[in-house]
Amino acid sequence: MSALATSRANATTNSGHDRRPHHRSWKRLIQPVVALTAVITLLGVPFYLVIITAGKSQEEAFDPNLVPPTKWQLFENFGQVFTQGNMAPAFFGSLLIMVPAVVGVLLLGAMASWVLARRSSRVMAVVYALAISGIVLPPAVVTVVLLLRQIGLAGTAVGMIGVYMGMYLSTVIFFVTGFVRTIPVELEEAARVDGVGPFGVFFRIIFPLLGPTLATATILICLYIWNDVFYALFVVGGRLDTLPLNLYEVASAGLYLQNWHLIFAYIILMSLPLLITFVVMQRKIISGITSGAVK
Amino acid sequence: MATTTSVLPKPRPVRLDPRGATARQKQDHPSWFIAPALLVLVVFFFVPTIFNFVYAFTDWSSFKSEINFVGFSNVQDLLSNGTLLRDLRITLIYALLVALFQNLFGLILALLLERDTRVNRIARVAFFVPVVMSALAVGYVFQALLKPEGGLNQVLSAITGTSVTTAWLGDTTWTIVVVALIHSWKWMGLSMLIYLAGLKTINEDLKEAARLDGAGWWTTFRTIVFPLLAPAVTFNVATSLLGSMNGFDIVQATTGGGPGGSTELLNIFVFRTFGQGLFAQATTMSLALFLMVAILAFPVIRFLRKREDVL
Repeated sequence: MSALATSRANATTNSGHDRRPHHRSWKRLIQPVVALTAVITLLGVPFYLVIITAGKSQEEAFDPNLVPPTKWQLFENFGQVFTQGNMAPAFFGSLLIMVPAVVGVLLLGAMASWVLARRSSRVMAVVYALAISGIVLPPAVVTVVLLLRQIGLAGTAVGMIGVYMGMYLSTVIFFVTGFVRTIPVELEEAARVDGVGPFGVFFRIIFPLLGPTLATATILICLYIWNDVFYALFVVGGRLDTLPLNLYEVASAGLYLQNWHLIFAYIILMSLPLLITFVVMQRKIISGITSGAVK
Repeated sequence: MATTTSVLPKPRPVRLDPRGATARQKQDHPSWFIAPALLVLVVFFFVPTIFNFVYAFTDWSSFKSEINFVGFSNVQDLLSNGTLLRDLRITLIYALLVALFQNLFGLILALLLERDTRVNRIARVAFFVPVVMSALAVGYVFQALLKPEGGLNQVLSAITGTSVTTAWLGDTTWTIVVVALIHSWKWMGLSMLIYLAGLKTINEDLKEAARLDGAGWWTTFRTIVFPLLAPAVTFNVATSLLGSMNGFDIVQATTGGGPGGSTELLNIFVFRTFGQGLFAQATTMSLALFLMVAILAFPVIRFLRKREDVL
C-alpha cells in the first residue's frame, strides 16, 4: 500500500520534471498494446466464436462455446446453408430491391434538392421542411402495408422499393440541398446564356458535381437497406427472399433445434459482400462518411 | 414583368429586382423537378403516417373484413394493461442507455486511436466491421456468446478461477442494459469515426498552448477538446437516440422482448401484434412511437445545436 503510494508520488514528480519524454514513451509503448488488447477482447472474441462455431458439426455447435471444433467442416456448412437457406435467390432478391431503391432515391432526391436549394419562396421552405422530416420521424410501418394493399403493391419488390425510397429520400435531400447551396449559381448562368434548358443544366452541370455527396449517401443507404429486416418483414416477409429475411427464417427454425453452426455459417456468407466492398474501398468509405457528418 | 422578358430575350438582368429574381428562379429551376420525389414521399411516407392517426382508432384486424371506428378503446386497452407505458418507458431507457454507451465507447476509441500509426489504422477498420454487419446477425452472435454456458462466461470462469454461469439475457432488470451494450457495440465504430473527424479539426496549437500552461491531459480534454467536439457530439447523440428508439433487430435476435417483456421495445410489440393479426393495436403502438420521437427529437436537436452556438 505504502509502496504504491510512493511510486505514485515518484511518478508525479517525474512527470513534473520532464513530462515530454515520459509522455512520449508512454504513447509509443502502451498505446499500441492497449489498442490491440481492445481489438482482441472487443472484436476478436465474438468473431472467433462465429468462425469456430460455423466450422463445427451440429452436435458440437449445440452449445456454442470457445472450444475449437474437433473436425473442421466449415465449407460443408457453407454448402448446406447455401442450398437450405436459399442464398442465391436471397442474394439476388436483396440486390433487386437495393439497386433500384438506391438509384431512384439518389436521382429523385438530387433533382428535388437542386430546385429546393435554388428557390427561396416560403412554399419551398415548407416543402423542404416536410421533405427532410423523414430523417427524424419513424416510418408508419403498419399502415404502409395497408396502403400497399390498397394500391396493389403488397408483398412486391416495387412496393418494398417504394417504401425504402420514401424512408431515405429525406436523407438524400438533406445532404444534397446543403451541398448544392455551396455551388455558385454563376456556373449555371454560363450554360443558360448558351441556351441550355433546366434539364440540361441539371444533368450536365449540377449532377456531375454531386459525386462525393452522393457517394456518401449511397454508402449509408446501401448499408441500411442491405441489412434491414424490420421493414422487410412487414412488407415482403414470406413473399420474397432477401438475405436478412432468410437469416431470420434460418434462425427462427432453430427454435426447434438450435442450429448454431448453420446460423453462423449463414452470417459469414451474408456479411461477405458488404465486408469485401468495405475492405476494398475503406479509405473512400471512411472519408466519405466523416466528411458528410461533421460540418 | 412579362413584357420585360419578351422585350429582352437574351441578356438577362442578374437579380436586380427581387420579384424578378423569383420569376427567374421559377423559370430556371422548375417545380416539376421536385414532383417525382414529392410523389414518392407523399405516397410511401406521408399517407401512411396520416393513416397512423386514423387506423389507431379503429378495430382493424385480420379477423374481420370491415373496419369500424372505436374511438380511444385501443389506447385505453393498452393503457389499462400497462403495455403502453411500459413499452414507452423501456424504449426511452434503451435509447438513453444506447446514446450514453455508444458515445462513450466511440469517444474512448477515437481518443485511443487518434494518432495515425499503422496499428491504429488497422484497429479503426476493425472497429468499423460491426457497423457493416447486419444488426440481426450481431444479435445472434451475442445471443450465443452470452448464454449461461456460453463464451463470455467461459472467459470469465477462466479469469476468476470459479465457474461463472450468469444468464446475461435472462434478468428482468439488467438485460435491458446488456442489450443496449450490444447495440452500442454494433454502432460504436461509426461514432468513433465521427469523433475522429471531429478531433482532426481541432487546432494542435490550442492543445500545445494548454500544455505549456501546465494543463494535464484531463484538463486539456475537459476544457478544450471536448467543447470543440460539439458538432460531432450533436450528430452522434442525435443519431444514436433516434436509431435506438427505432430499434428492433438486435433486441429481437437476442431476447425477443423477454424476459417477461422487460426488453420489449415499441417496435417489438408492433411486430408481434402485427403477426397476431391485431393490426389496430400495432398501429396504435406505431403511433405512440411516432409521437414520442416527434416530441423528443426536436427539443433534443435544438438543445444540442444551442450548445454548439455557445462556443
